[in-house]
Amino acid sequence: MKFGTASLLAASLLLAGTVIARATPPPEQYVNDAAIMDGGLPRLLSDYGFFADAPAQEPVPEVHPYRLNTPLYSDGADKFRFIYRPAGAQISASGEGLLDIPVGSALIKTFAFGEGKDRRLIETRVLLHRADGWLALPYLWNEEQTDARLAVAGARIDLTTPRGEAISYRVPNKNQCKECHGLDREVVPIGPKARNLSGDWLEQMVAAGHIDRMPQGADRLPLWEHRGKSSVEDAARAYLDVNCAHCHRPGATASNSGLDLRWEQDDARALGIMKRPTAAGRGAGNLLFDVVPGDPDASILLHRMIVNEPGVAMPELGKATVDEEGVEAVRKWIAGMEPR
Amino acid sequence: MIRTAISAMLLASAAPALAEIHSVAPGEGAQERLQEALILAEPGDEIVLAAGRYELTDGLSLDVDGVTVRGAGMDGTVLDFTTQAGAGEGLLVTSDNVTLRDFAMENPKGDGIKSKGADNIVYYRIRVTWTRGPHPENGAYAIYPVESTGVLVDGVKVTGASDAGIYVGQSDRITVRNSIAEANVAGIEIENSRNALVEHNIATRNTGGILVFDLPDLPVMGGGNVIVANNLVVANDTANFAPPGNIVAGVRRGTGIMVMANEDVLIENNILSGNPTAPVMVIAYVQPYDDERYNPLPRGVVVGQNTFDGGGYDPQLEGGEMLKAAFGGELPPVMWDGLGSLYVTGDAPGWSLNLTEQGKGLGAAQPAPLAAPAPEAEFDRTGIGAPAELEARLSR
Repeated sequence: MKFGTASLLAASLLLAGTVIARATPPPEQYVNDAAIMDGGLPRLLSDYGFFADAPAQEPVPEVHPYRLNTPLYSDGADKFRFIYRPAGAQISASGEGLLDIPVGSALIKTFAFGEGKDRRLIETRVLLHRADGWLALPYLWNEEQTDARLAVAGARIDLTTPRGEAISYRVPNKNQCKECHGLDREVVPIGPKARNLSGDWLEQMVAAGHIDRMPQGADRLPLWEHRGKSSVEDAARAYLDVNCAHCHRPGATASNSGLDLRWEQDDARALGIMKRPTAAGRGAGNLLFDVVPGDPDASILLHRMIVNEPGVAMPELGKATVDEEGVEAVRKWIAGMEPR
Repeated sequence: MIRTAISAMLLASAAPALAEIHSVAPGEGAQERLQEALILAEPGDEIVLAAGRYELTDGLSLDVDGVTVRGAGMDGTVLDFTTQAGAGEGLLVTSDNVTLRDFAMENPKGDGIKSKGADNIVYYRIRVTWTRGPHPENGAYAIYPVESTGVLVDGVKVTGASDAGIYVGQSDRITVRNSIAEANVAGIEIENSRNALVEHNIATRNTGGILVFDLPDLPVMGGGNVIVANNLVVANDTANFAPPGNIVAGVRRGTGIMVMANEDVLIENNILSGNPTAPVMVIAYVQPYDDERYNPLPRGVVVGQNTFDGGGYDPQLEGGEMLKAAFGGELPPVMWDGLGSLYVTGDAPGWSLNLTEQGKGLGAAQPAPLAAPAPEAEFDRTGIGAPAELEARLSR
């Protein structure tokens, strides 16, 4: 599985290179800007024209594939991420945080399971930057794998993960999109933060004129498959930033917990160290603190990553299995802390 | 087209009666149909849930302002989450001016109904039940508004929550009334909130009946301006079944009304009977803390006239038997730890631990009869309770 993922990603990156190379002379306009900007909810993924060959996840030239250094865990799904910006508008980059993506742009993410000819596209989530803000919509792929249809109420799909677990995979409903993407009552992108994007990719995007400049603090989060080369702390903190901090931060869905797991947070209590739970209920298990330095098994944070039961399991949405790699990274981090 | 016409009329007359109605019935595909209605509703619309049992496998959510969700009665329309496979609650509301009324939720895997950052919300005649009764693996909160301004909870019934039946957290302008909280760890809990009115409720068979808490390390702190009045707080004698990590796991079986930290809390005209540890308990936050913004002491707590049918006859306290003997067989009904400031009107008998330091345990306790002064001034009721506009919604 690991090899498969890596080669698909490599293919995506190669593709990014060719797309940028082809960007001069200006490509024919394929993407349907009206579908992105118009007030309605397009019924089909094909309405947007993001893909030259959608079943193969081959985008049109103005739609650029990218990857994240440390990705969100989604039951081991392969993910294909793309960004589109309209002609005449540039993405701007300042610090290590989220790219400033102009109105008229779209972010596209497809979830797939299976290898080779057995690969099945499950869903494609789109984030559309409209004049009145971002809109998140889920599209569910059909049996024939020819197109994906809007599923505002989400869906459940039986499938088998790369680790061989049979699960009922949840396609989020439109509101659930906002549970993770909501910040200060607005919908915002989560993934494309400069610190979690490849420096090479950013440079290519800047060179091609899609992004205005090379941001400071880019490419800081470890490349997940090479996290052994980073410090234990960086690997764990990157994991928590990407998998937890979209809710566990001020202004977001889990703000009332007082837990703030963002990469830039350095206050020990905000990170859960010797912090008592707020509204964890039975999610706390028999444990007293979110993170107990030196004692991962006494830490609620890890407990909720290991127990795979609704009402206890974290994140609440977007996964049905335990992420063993994430558990290992967080366990090492807590185990390595000086006991108090 | 119809939608446009209705919107135009709404704008013209601002008459909610013209809002669109989305009807949903139980049966095949209820999950998708109900969730779609919740998503596609527009401000002012009403979602009407026909009577019957809805088998739901995932949490529901509402993110549209001004929507009413109306069932056919708390025993008629039942949203059954017994086979729920995902999400942290049965229903999540994240929009303002929402009214939830006349339906039930059974056996959600996490919380029952959570409303977060949802201002001016009404919960009316809602029932949330964990049908197996008290159990540590029941969900934490049945009714759970948090980080909201304007909360009215009226006529609800909550049973079996492993934390609090009705829990209002980090909110402002709150009324909880006419409700029944039975067999939860905490019946009703007001936490890190201001301007709350808790009246005309029944809290029974919980571990603790009504709790008013202020806790450290939360985004919103400084709870206070709370009135707990005219409640029936009886037979709160269920053994604590909360998972140990939670603050309510420390609540002693048989606590009637409890105030921990907070400022300006009035407890009056309640009837308290069969709360074997303490009918009324006023204490400081019990743990050490290092949050500089936090005040752990109860300040300006007033115990007014209440009807006590006995006191702490079976206290779950260290040295309880000795204490009982020292006080003539039963602890007086009002218990204070001696920290902060407590005022008592009338002749309610009490006792104090006479602690002098917060967060140091009970080692230095010197139990003695309570000597608390009468209040220095009339309790200031200004601004306490939900905005009147919320009550007006009930008659619609």
